[in-house]
Amino acid sequence: MSQPEVIVGIGGAAGDGTASAGNTLVLSLARQGIPSYSYNSYQSVIRGGHSWLRIRFSAKKPLNHGDQVNALIALNQDSLDRHLQELQPGGVALYNGAKLAPSYDPPAGVQLCPLPVPDLAPDSKRLPVMQNTVAVGALTQLMGLDFASLGSVFETTFAKKPQVVQQNVDAARTAYDYASKNFQQLPARLQTTDQTWAQASGNHLFAMGAALAGCKFYVAYPMSPATHILEWFATHAQRLSICVRQVEDEISVVNMCIGANHMGVRAMCATSGGGFALMTEAIGMAGILETPAVIINVMRAGPSTGVPTKTEQADLNQALGASQGDFPRVVLAPTSMSDCFVTPSLAFDVADRFQLPVILLADLLMCEGSETVATEVLDVEFPIDRGELITKADGPPAGEPYLRYKDTPSGISPRAVPGLPGHLHVAASDEHDEDGVLLSDVYADPIRRKKMVDKRVRKMSTILEHLPVPVLEGPADAETTLLGWGSTWGVIKEAAERLNADGTSVNHLQVKTLLPLHVEEITAALGRGQRVIIIENNQSGQFAKHLRGETGIVADGHIRKYDGEPFEPKHIVAGVRDVIGGQQLVEVISTEPGFRTDHPTGTSGAWAGLKVERPGVPAKT
Amino acid sequence: MATALLVAKDFKPEVPPDWCPGCGDFGVLTGLFQACADLQIQPHDLLVVSGIGCSSNLPGFIRSYGVHSLHGRALPFATGSKLANQAMTVVVTGGDGDGYGIGLNHFIQAMRRNINVTYIVMDNETYGLTTGQASPTTETGMKTKTTPLGNLEGMLNPMALALASGCGYIARGFSGQPKHLVQLYKDAIQHPGFALIDVFSPCVTYNKHNTYSWFRERIYKLEDEGHDTGDFRTAMDKALEWGDRIPIGLFYQNPDAPPPLDALDPALTTGEPLVHQSYEIDGDTRRELIREFV
Repeated sequence: MSQPEVIVGIGGAAGDGTASAGNTLVLSLARQGIPSYSYNSYQSVIRGGHSWLRIRFSAKKPLNHGDQVNALIALNQDSLDRHLQELQPGGVALYNGAKLAPSYDPPAGVQLCPLPVPDLAPDSKRLPVMQNTVAVGALTQLMGLDFASLGSVFETTFAKKPQVVQQNVDAARTAYDYASKNFQQLPARLQTTDQTWAQASGNHLFAMGAALAGCKFYVAYPMSPATHILEWFATHAQRLSICVRQVEDEISVVNMCIGANHMGVRAMCATSGGGFALMTEAIGMAGILETPAVIINVMRAGPSTGVPTKTEQADLNQALGASQGDFPRVVLAPTSMSDCFVTPSLAFDVADRFQLPVILLADLLMCEGSETVATEVLDVEFPIDRGELITKADGPPAGEPYLRYKDTPSGISPRAVPGLPGHLHVAASDEHDEDGVLLSDVYADPIRRKKMVDKRVRKMSTILEHLPVPVLEGPADAETTLLGWGSTWGVIKEAAERLNADGTSVNHLQVKTLLPLHVEEITAALGRGQRVIIIENNQSGQFAKHLRGETGIVADGHIRKYDGEPFEPKHIVAGVRDVIGGQQLVEVISTEPGFRTDHPTGTSGAWAGLKVERPGVPAKT
Repeated sequence: MATALLVAKDFKPEVPPDWCPGCGDFGVLTGLFQACADLQIQPHDLLVVSGIGCSSNLPGFIRSYGVHSLHGRALPFATGSKLANQAMTVVVTGGDGDGYGIGLNHFIQAMRRNINVTYIVMDNETYGLTTGQASPTTETGMKTKTTPLGNLEGMLNPMALALASGCGYIARGFSGQPKHLVQLYKDAIQHPGFALIDVFSPCVTYNKHNTYSWFRERIYKLEDEGHDTGDFRTAMDKALEWGDRIPIGLFYQNPDAPPPLDALDPALTTGEPLVHQSYEIDGDTRRELIREFV
């Protein structure tokens, strides 16, 4: 918190270009060695509505989008009305002064920066989007940065249209100069560094990470917020020789994915909760066929269509319980966007080694949001472990028939892919014997049925050592441990740092490996008699119940959020204080004026509530 | 390895089919043995994929690679498999409930997609494995366990549907005439694209209406009447024929068949199966990918 940072909020209607304005700014600063983290709150409309993009620039790489705003770029009146009141002292509000004016007085210490857009960018009458360029140019100056990097971004963005490059550079430059003459700079100073940062969303990092891990087949049906994975693959299919197909529904998606994996290629698919629901029957098939498969569920707020453009962590139950029957599976939840890059490699290796489905649970926050990643972190060669895969055409030892489902001590049977001489077999979704011949159609064979279930499930007994173990971060002897899973790592980490700085002793544990759970390690980490608070982005505490079921651990307090918006550090800080104060369940909610449909203009401070308490929650027994 | 010519019994496994005695599916299966032998397809180069149902047990009764997948999902599974290794001959088998009921969407999409697989539907106009309920091809008015007053719904016409969906090879056979079937199979497997063979395969246990003799009284061979297999509109006329006379044989083969999907996908145009391609991405390419984010 002590380090300098600037949080920029860009508000507008869908189609106003909030995303491209933000992207320009992010790339411009990334090229100067300044990292950032972006999150966009938007609604499910193609044109109109309200879109609120927050970008946090910080000297140290930010791990969440923060919980305040220092610089507002309002692209329409609605955005100015909503967000002006949220600005911190010392903050600036940039807007087209020829069209917009504040409806109320800004908070004390906030500087209004009306920009005469028609004068600064004469083309703006024909091209209203030029107002974004003007704002970005002016803000660059107010952040105390040189202009050069911004110009270079326009050159990249409009590489094929030199005329447009000049148009944008001119407008931005004029606005930059105008700002230096007319406005005060922001108090925070971000130092440029030599670090090269790449800016990517969790979706893009998933896609590139999978491609670098040997994914040769990607299949999907468009579904927000996972669609960008499909788009990345489609864009790069030819160059990387990856077969990329968009097909009729997620049932077809997952069956094609398993069909391709069955033939020996690494195949992956991704969807969101509704599509994942359609996939569940086939996930069980991958379990009994012992076919590796990697399936990503980018969670959004449910149930059913739910809130398609909002984030949630409420598909854990669905992942744990996907498909009928008992079969081995792995569920992993990457803990940051950067983690989305490395997790597909792990997932493919584990899927191949143990011949089972691996489900990755991510969410809209992480997958549609973006962060800067040091380029050297991405420039890695993933080792590829295909496990016991028979790819050579030499047959099994003479006289011994090949048994696809051989009952081995590890439960893992050497896997021959179709096409090899000497290894003919049928892979059946029916229960089958070691040779693949159906047991399902015999009168009864309890011994062999049990043997085959045991053989498959036995694979889980050695899998834990191959999966990431949760590790306590922060002071080892803290009085309170904050426990989260998946995407909340960064925001919990920052909340913990703030609490420690204020004298509340906390550490935190983030779980990525959700199934199987590292029961011993988690029990040891939480078993010192400290207070345990579970933080999750859902209503019912799906992880808390899972943890209790697997370990018997009952947490002392719960902080939950299911309003569609992600946690911000302040939510967790306030929630922890409430739990320490005796409240068992704290439900937090984003109540900033900008999030309200009934936001009043001309008032400030009246919407500062942070949390609602839910009465009637039974006390822990 | 010896290169002795393959014969039908090379495809016959140790496990005998457990279909009811007299089931139409026996004829479908033995015809397939012969067609594969005639085409000299090595058993390890053949992948037979099915869904669920009596007829979907077929992969267990042929010596080849096989997959017994989910009810209705054989076509997507097979599509993924074919795209992963287009060097394999992929034959998909199933019943009318599996393909025209629960899997209908995939059936239409697979034809539109023109994936190079051969789809054999053992059409017995009933759900056999669940002991005799109405299927999408059950005739209107027919009494079954679930339509005790007679089937109120219309009959799905797979031939017309296939024509409308862009299928490039559309044929119908009768399991009572396995030799005729062998020729249809061979032509279908050699057709470069999706091929459908709907086979009347009587259910001797649960369909007492569409029996062997019922079919024998009605069917006639299109080739005996000089049918023009390259003409779409004539084929549609024949597809709509049902009643006293029912045509079998090749209805339509697209004379200008486009290349199948597995020849068009950018990752597959070199002809090297995906499964044999390198999955490593070199450092220069990797750094180019990273630069897109900078």
